[in-house]
Amino acid sequence: MMKSLQNVAMWFERRLHIVKLWEQTAGHPVPKSTGSWFYTFGSMTTLCLVLQLVTGILLSFVYVPSAAASYQSLLTLNYDVPLGWFIRGIHYWGSNMMVIMMALHMTQVFLWGAYKYPRELTWLSGCVLLFLTLGMAFTGQVMRFDADAYWGLGIGVAVMGRIPFFGGNLIDLLLGGPIIGTDTLSRFFALHVFIIPGTLLGLLAMHLRLVLGKGINEVPEPGVLVDRKTYDGYYKRVLKDQGAPFVPDVIDKDLIANGLMLILIVCLAIFLGPKGPAIPANPTQVISEARPDYPFLWLFAAAALLPNGSEFMLFFVLPAVGVGALFLLPFISGEGEKNWRRRPVSVLTVLIVYLVIGMLTYEGLTGPWSPHMEAWSNNLIPAQFIKNRSPKELAGALVFQNKQCRNCHAVGVDGGQRGPNLTSVGTRMTVPYLVRQVIQGGGNMPAYGNNMSQEEIQALVAYLSSLRPPNVPPARDPQNPGIPEGVNEKAAAVPPVNPGAAPNNS
Amino acid sequence: MDHDTNDHPPSPGTRADTPSRRDFLLKVGIGVNAIAAAMVGIPIVGFVLSSLIKKTPEVWISLGPINQFPENSARMVAFTNPYRRPDDGDTAHIPVWVRRLAAEEFKVFAINCTHLGCPVRWFEESQLFMCPCHGGVFYSDGEHAAGPPPRGLYTYQYKVENGDLQIKGGYIPSIARPV
Repeated sequence: MMKSLQNVAMWFERRLHIVKLWEQTAGHPVPKSTGSWFYTFGSMTTLCLVLQLVTGILLSFVYVPSAAASYQSLLTLNYDVPLGWFIRGIHYWGSNMMVIMMALHMTQVFLWGAYKYPRELTWLSGCVLLFLTLGMAFTGQVMRFDADAYWGLGIGVAVMGRIPFFGGNLIDLLLGGPIIGTDTLSRFFALHVFIIPGTLLGLLAMHLRLVLGKGINEVPEPGVLVDRKTYDGYYKRVLKDQGAPFVPDVIDKDLIANGLMLILIVCLAIFLGPKGPAIPANPTQVISEARPDYPFLWLFAAAALLPNGSEFMLFFVLPAVGVGALFLLPFISGEGEKNWRRRPVSVLTVLIVYLVIGMLTYEGLTGPWSPHMEAWSNNLIPAQFIKNRSPKELAGALVFQNKQCRNCHAVGVDGGQRGPNLTSVGTRMTVPYLVRQVIQGGGNMPAYGNNMSQEEIQALVAYLSSLRPPNVPPARDPQNPGIPEGVNEKAAAVPPVNPGAAPNNS
Repeated sequence: MDHDTNDHPPSPGTRADTPSRRDFLLKVGIGVNAIAAAMVGIPIVGFVLSSLIKKTPEVWISLGPINQFPENSARMVAFTNPYRRPDDGDTAHIPVWVRRLAAEEFKVFAINCTHLGCPVRWFEESQLFMCPCHGGVFYSDGEHAAGPPPRGLYTYQYKVENGDLQIKGGYIPSIARPV
């Protein structure tokens, strides 16, 4: 019995040469030092990719790539198909994890100097894999085809439209037609399920072949410099002295990390569930606040926070410089020190990039630059900012509320943060200055000169000037400090509001 | 094509290939495949670029009778895109802001903010269009009032025919192709 089984096995082996294949792949020798937690990010990225492929194929059982039907098919997945919500959840959280793991993998490779000779092409293919993965994340959020996706595409159109000469053509190519519609969704679907994944898998095969062919980067010793002439021999010696087959000797931490990652994604899917779809993509409902998925929040925030007119820099120049820097890196510093302890510039670069992306992502989550379109009708002015005001000031408070000032300006805590918080504006702006600001606008504020009567402006400014903490005098003109200018004498004589309820004292 | 010519001895009776004959056949092979590649490839490229090739000229689109628009105010109406597909669903309905200045004098603005395309909203009280995304603000005549937009609102060409307001449109407006 055993004998015949062995014969069958050997029959296959003589034809498939599996032992040889095993020795060259899973069992290939790697430096024992690479059995480190820091070397597990690449395999975790691959795990996420496999998970995305499997769940993506499953979702395609139900999902309909049509502008008219996609939304309903997502609801069907969420509520009707048993465990459809779970598969969607895994697909969503798996995609976020894939981007994060890829970023960590790239950081590790960068800090451990693995992009240097002879692994330049591994680095380059990895960079393209990163862009393809971001492409998957971007096209993936379009698949939801809710209002966020619709207006997100609108942002894409607006960005493309700024490209000189070809802008219009690129928009046609992006949308597949003159408007954002079902043709747009179809081509993003083709990109998301065929074109980008196909390219990605091909490139991943090359990436892995390079990893096998050029060997995995040994954990670099400080002071051991990479030299094109000697490195190959050095790596051979490392393998000879401290090499071990990846399976089974060095795979332990990869196994643990991947198992935990899988459990984490499943838990996220169970406890947080899939994302959306949000409200349907109906352009006549202008209530959307498009906000992209996590991987693009930092770009979204940067677009909002950069000075006016610098969009061209952000959308075209900066990416070109960034991509160029990534591609040129192994050619600029292909030799020399690999250990991060002796590469302060590299460490600093990583810190800055992480801080910038981290802070921008946080800003993107909170989005303080967006006006609160309902603040004027939803958020009442808190009582302490109305108490003890003169009739004129109260009329001004009404103007303040009715002219949508609250959409951009908070009083107390409620209201937009687009413009300055006006809780104590009376202490920093004189009456003439307030009048000028209301009439002429300036900075990021429109001019209200044509939209308010003289009386409305007078009342509004009187109210704004009264917005002061108790016992704080109004702002004075520094050129004429003796007289508090244009102060409503009556308002100034009003006893201070109840200090306990006063703003800015807490 | 000829990768295994040298692996086996020529079978009896086979004329030995002369190098010139092999060169000729190789050239014919390359030539045939170049023609075949062009015959397949050019239509493929054409299909991929079809949205560039197929022209979608602007057409006059009715927004309905003019008496539904009060003077000195802005009202949103939606039209069905002339180039809609059956599967477009709600996305075939494109909203615009119509402002009636006088009896037959109008301004018709695209909904898309000129900054990044978000939908602007009209506020009657302050006579402003505000964008919810990055705080772009436009005056009632569509001119840029505040915030990051690089220009005023996109304004459609319009005409009034038999009491019916019509605009010229058909594609999503952008800096590259304002309406």
